[in-house]
Amino acid sequence: MSLISCENLSFAYEGVTVLQGVNFKIEQGDYLCILGENGAGKSTLMKGLLGLKKPSGGSVTYGEELQAKEIGYLPQQTPVQKDFPASVFEVVISGCLSGMGRRPFYGREEKERAARMIGLLEITDLRNRCYRDLSGGQQQRVLLARALCATKKVILLDEPVAGLDPLVTINMYKLIERINRKMGITVIMVSHDIQAATIYATRILHLGEDRQLFFGTKEEYRHSAAYHSFMDGGKAVHMWKKAAASESRKPAEEKGGTESRRE
Amino acid sequence: MLSLIAEMFTYPFMVRALCMGVLVALCAAVLGVTLVLKRYSMIGDGLSHVGFGALAIATAMNAAPLVVAVPVVIAASFLLLHLTENSKIKGDAAIALISTGALAVGVMVVSMTTGMNTDVYNYLFGSILSMSQEDVALTGVVSAVVLVLFVVFYHRIFAVTFDETFARATGLNTKLYNTVIALLTALVIVVGMRMMGSLLISSLVVFPAVTSMRICITFRSVMICSAIVSAVCLVAGLVISYLYAAPTGASIVLCNIAAFLIFAAVQKGRERLQSGRKPL
Ligand SMILES: Nc1ncnc2c1ncn2[C@@H]1O[C@H](COP(=O)(O)OP(=O)(O)O)[C@@H](O)[C@H]1O
Ligand SMILES: [Mg+2]
Repeated sequence: MSLISCENLSFAYEGVTVLQGVNFKIEQGDYLCILGENGAGKSTLMKGLLGLKKPSGGSVTYGEELQAKEIGYLPQQTPVQKDFPASVFEVVISGCLSGMGRRPFYGREEKERAARMIGLLEITDLRNRCYRDLSGGQQQRVLLARALCATKKVILLDEPVAGLDPLVTINMYKLIERINRKMGITVIMVSHDIQAATIYATRILHLGEDRQLFFGTKEEYRHSAAYHSFMDGGKAVHMWKKAAASESRKPAEEKGGTESRRE
Repeated sequence: MLSLIAEMFTYPFMVRALCMGVLVALCAAVLGVTLVLKRYSMIGDGLSHVGFGALAIATAMNAAPLVVAVPVVIAASFLLLHLTENSKIKGDAAIALISTGALAVGVMVVSMTTGMNTDVYNYLFGSILSMSQEDVALTGVVSAVVLVLFVVFYHRIFAVTFDETFARATGLNTKLYNTVIALLTALVIVVGMRMMGSLLISSLVVFPAVTSMRICITFRSVMICSAIVSAVCLVAGLVISYLYAAPTGASIVLCNIAAFLIFAAVQKGRERLQSGRKPL
């Protein structure tokens, strides 16, 4: 059984459908990248996977061994948090709460876990600093450490590199790769960076204006219509039309002219 | 002056007021940090007006004031929490509706029954002298309950304050913890109202938190600092009110303003020092 599987999933806000026909399966150890333009419904889909938003149709099924308490999440950043008085350690260790049942206070186990994640993300020297005084990249690392405290299995990342400069972005991608490969944690990441997705991810889910354009491995993705329209600089508006048109054709017959491989 | 202060503590009612006041101040301060950070400061203000309405009705019915006010304010706080989260009316507008509505009902009841007597004046502006033995006992019990619950839920309260979405996504029962926050707020407002008055009680909630956020950088140090600032300002306010026969609530608020100005100055000074030290 798959870790998470979605069948014909759709979402609506106040009756207006923003996303429909989403079908995909995630296995333990996958690195799934969800691509799409702004407003495509990527964050909405994440919220659906987390149980924060009810689907308007279809279903999300979790594998038997997966519970909400075992999912880590890195939300898209909200401005409210930015002036919050909290130390890095306080933020990171709060990720451990979900695994504590009814115990009111942190024990040694939680403190060690938090310290381990802080070490893993190389933010040990920031441990007692104030979260709001950190740079964007440092804040993302802190939130990633918190997400890791909450999970041993799956981590969902909503635009983890948004607003980071190029060097910090690469470091962040490397870290996420390590979490996936070394720790065996399934990664589901939202991004609009198609380059990075085709380098690091194992599977790609591409969302168009209001529906799914593509789901499959990244090798299949490189030969898909969705990929080429994206690389041609095609607008999202045209994407699903092209995708629909290409369904009758075989992927191998697609033109591959502008493909830019970086591996 | 020292002998005057010493004399002040020979009166049992003063000592009682002081103990209860400090307890209430501690509760208000620690909860206040959460409310300010959750952008719920106005809920405290709204609830105090509801409290005034409840007290006015209690007096009109000759019932024990706190016994009526506690359940009414708790109900109002649940309603406000629900409204700010799910309603079509914007949260701050909903609070304004409920608080002015309750105030109007209170004023109406007062004018139709007792008229503007000392009791009503005390509900509005507060007085420690008006606290009966019964009030004092209830205040003690309620504050103790609030402090214990707060400590037990401390880490969860941090989690839902810092990032409610993350907390909910990872399986925490955020509804329960928000309800606990609403309940504790209601309790603090009601018991604090007798001393501070319904017009001024929300200052006890907001001031210490905002003050300590000037210079403290961790959640825990903000909590501890607020508690200390709040208690110190309360004692200082009581002493001033005794020495100059000034209204208690207003004296305490003035002390809080002074504390805020001092902390803000320290923050400014620190910033200047840091920017001065930085190389060009
Ligand atoms: N809370 C909301 N209420 C109404 N519409 C929303 C809400 N959140 C998102 N939307 C709409 O849903 C669509 C998808 O949004 P979102 O999932 O945030 O996109 P993405 O993360 O891919 O940029 C957008 O058109 C957006 O306007
Ligand atoms: Mg988004």
